[in-house]
Amino acid sequence: MNAPNKSGWKPEMGEGGTTLTQTSSGDAGLALEEPLIFELNGTGKCGVDFDAEPGDVSPALAKFARKAPVDLPGLTEPETVRHYTRLSRQNYAIDLGPFPLGSCTMKHNPRLNEAMARLPGFADIHPLQPMDTVQGAFEVIEQLAEWLCKLTGMEAVAMSPKAGAHGELCGILAIRAALEARGDAREVILVPESAHGTNPATAAFAGYRVENIPATKDGRVDLAALTARLGPDVAGVMITNPNTCGLFEREMKAISDALHAAGGLVYCDGANFNAIVGKVRPGDLGVDAMHINLHKTFSTPHGGGGPGSGPVVLSALLAPFAPIPFVRRDEKGRLRMVEERGVKDNLPQTFGRMTAFHGQMGMFTRALTYILSHGVDGLRQVAEDAVLNANYVLRSLEGDMDAPFGKAGPCMHEALFSDDDLPEGFSTLDIAKGLIDEGFHPMTVYFPLVVHGAMLIEPTETESKQGLDRFIAAMKSLAQRAKAEDESLKSAPHFAPRRRLDETRAARKPVLTYKGEGVPPGTPSLSEIGGS
Amino acid sequence: MRYLPLTPDDRTEMLATIGAGSVDALFRDVPAQVLNPAFEGLPPHASEMAVERHMKALARKNLSAGDVPFFLGAGAYRHHVPASVDHLIQRGEFLTAYTPYQPEIAQGTLQVLFEFQTQVARLFGTDIANASMYDGSTACWEAIAMAGRITRRDGVVIGPIHPHYLSTARTMAKFTKDEIRELSPALIADAGDDAVIGMIDDKTSCVVVQYPDILGRIPDLAKIADAAHAKGALLVTVVTEPVALGLLESPGALGADIVVGEGQSLGVGLNFGGPYLGLFGAREKYTRQMPGRLCGETVDADGKRGFVLTLSTREQHIRREKATSNICTNSGLCALAFSIHMTLLGGEGLDRLARINHARAVYAAEKLAAIQGVELVNQRGFFNEFTLKLVGHDAREVAHRLAQRQILSGVALGRLYPDATDLAEGLVVCVTETCTDEGIATLVAALAEELA
Repeated sequence: MNAPNKSGWKPEMGEGGTTLTQTSSGDAGLALEEPLIFELNGTGKCGVDFDAEPGDVSPALAKFARKAPVDLPGLTEPETVRHYTRLSRQNYAIDLGPFPLGSCTMKHNPRLNEAMARLPGFADIHPLQPMDTVQGAFEVIEQLAEWLCKLTGMEAVAMSPKAGAHGELCGILAIRAALEARGDAREVILVPESAHGTNPATAAFAGYRVENIPATKDGRVDLAALTARLGPDVAGVMITNPNTCGLFEREMKAISDALHAAGGLVYCDGANFNAIVGKVRPGDLGVDAMHINLHKTFSTPHGGGGPGSGPVVLSALLAPFAPIPFVRRDEKGRLRMVEERGVKDNLPQTFGRMTAFHGQMGMFTRALTYILSHGVDGLRQVAEDAVLNANYVLRSLEGDMDAPFGKAGPCMHEALFSDDDLPEGFSTLDIAKGLIDEGFHPMTVYFPLVVHGAMLIEPTETESKQGLDRFIAAMKSLAQRAKAEDESLKSAPHFAPRRRLDETRAARKPVLTYKGEGVPPGTPSLSEIGGS
Repeated sequence: MRYLPLTPDDRTEMLATIGAGSVDALFRDVPAQVLNPAFEGLPPHASEMAVERHMKALARKNLSAGDVPFFLGAGAYRHHVPASVDHLIQRGEFLTAYTPYQPEIAQGTLQVLFEFQTQVARLFGTDIANASMYDGSTACWEAIAMAGRITRRDGVVIGPIHPHYLSTARTMAKFTKDEIRELSPALIADAGDDAVIGMIDDKTSCVVVQYPDILGRIPDLAKIADAAHAKGALLVTVVTEPVALGLLESPGALGADIVVGEGQSLGVGLNFGGPYLGLFGAREKYTRQMPGRLCGETVDADGKRGFVLTLSTREQHIRREKATSNICTNSGLCALAFSIHMTLLGGEGLDRLARINHARAVYAAEKLAAIQGVELVNQRGFFNEFTLKLVGHDAREVAHRLAQRQILSGVALGRLYPDATDLAEGLVVCVTETCTDEGIATLVAALAEELA
């Protein structure tokens, strides 16, 4: 960091000193570089004032006490605020513009939700407080659960799963427990090849063997191939609907009926429930279990990777096998948490507990706030606008880019394109990185795997028409640049906090913690300095 | 409908562009008999003010920890969180960002994760740490699964850990076919180190020990580590209160191979049990067996330092059914909160905070143990959490009566172990820097009255 005069400026340059390629700080106006906290002077500093003086270590504890404080830098409050504020400016976020990420729905996060989740009556209560002192929290769970059951047409909901993939595990474990309870241990879970990677990973983690089911030419599950594979060893199918090609599985009911007839059960990956909420109840299609990503459909913030929340709705058949804990009203009308498989609770069929405490309460308050804001009429409008926006993108771009399922009819929440129309040497990745230069987050790329060079675009219902028109114009321009073989596209992005990053280097010799030997930010490469 | 930006005119124009007569024409792949069902009993949209009123009324029905003398721990801890932490995590560029799959425009999140990994590794005394898991309990069973991959054994020995962590591990073991043997806690000073060691055999994949344990006792990790390693087993250490590591020697330094923990103590808050933050550290040689996200340092095309998610060939989106875990979403925002709080403290602030916690807990324990009919279980030391034996009383009933007097006194073991009659007298009390002298005095006086 302390490398003065990185700019190469010399006094003799005088007025003509226009060779400035880099500033000495690495910053350039408001394009800010920020060192690691370990590189800031954090020795002997602390940003917290305490009420009390630290006491002595009690004699009984002394033999376990560490010899010296943990080797971590401390920063004062202004230094801390500046460090993280500067870092925040190197992030793209939904507050800055759309995330057109297919299957990873990112929509506006209302701030009312944040304010409600932070009420001390929700944020400052302990999971093991006596139950009479948290009746309001139980009511939040009860109300949200009622909405989720009614919106999906299902019997019960397990609220504790911590995220979508955790919810998948919950659903598969419930299926497994139900099958084993009838003395029917089966070994195989069928997963369409277009499924999210979490689906096969979940099935394997739950002890199942995974077998793929191919897609038809129009991007849906091949019903004939599915039914041909059914048999006494098949525990169930994991199917995403609307699916990852952006299409509604027209044969969903037939798939469910076929599974049930063969003694298996149906898990639906509800990642894309936002496209049908208020329009279609998965329970009407024969689904036995489905997780709902609260952060996707009900707008809880994604926070740079989490937290998520993945409640799982269950059919009447699976409800008795739901994990603990769950909320129930007793005969006096008081809400209580059933949290142990103890003698008193007598829950012989629950498959057990899958996390400490009751799940993502902070996400429940946000989701309930969002649901009440929209109401049942607003939620239906959510699905309609999400689907309208996706189809608008599909039809506006299909003249410029290859839409492999464009002829198949309308899409649902997301529009799928491929790299088929791009010239040799230009890839989906170039379009994605080009979008960064245009000020947008890239779409989902190379997924689903059933489409070559897939580009999966999901605008969501919170994008305006004007916003979509800007995005469409940017996409058209990138497609035209690629077709004109504009080489500069291959090295995009040019206008981001970083250019393309060397991921191979990161994986070949992983540097996962700071060891005091890192390259300071903004350091030019040897070639730039002119060294060999 | 304040969150929906399309106007009726927009919708008409867009349908014309698409060439569809109505929105429902776009839903034509949905069988007509299931489209647009009626939803009985669900209300229509509401104003911001109306929703706020509804939610505030629900919040008021709960007794907030900050309003009363409060002494609950047992896996969730109440610490003061500096105002700047919540302010910074509410910056939209952090709060509303996506998983950093596009590193060029996610350096903020990625650098935070790299700093977080370093902080956790140094706190745990491990070589590396991942970029967070859902919570401590799921991190714990991921550690058990990871130990199984490394040792290719299926025996798991578990000491007196948080019972929710144990039952989470038991749920998974039913499906992974791991064979779990656990040591139940007892209201005695001995944390059961020798009993745990006696359960280790040649089939043991890992030994799981909580530090401090569910009763606040401190196991001798070095001794257990030696015994585990002698049989070819790994030591997995669980830390539910990371502030304890401000004062206690790190598990890694004492021989732990994998260290997992609940990070909620720093920056995150109680939140009625979630969202929380799973911490996960390990020896470097096990890097490729770790679950979850890892952030690594690299350079960009200009030679500038940058960060990326790395080693994704372990992960579900590449490896599918052969992945080390099915975890996809982690706890990025909670990791940010933890990291900011840790940055404000630094090693020296953490040391001070830990000593304050310890001193206040020792002070409270002495006062409480002086009450007639109360015995302090933790005669061999504790950090900020200890267990009282309320001789001849059901601690759950006592805690309930104290709650009616607006005192949240502790976690009764009967709540956690409803069927263990030998633990019914146990009350786990946690004292942090947020507990005032007045609050402690109120608890002492009220408990004495209840037991009299």
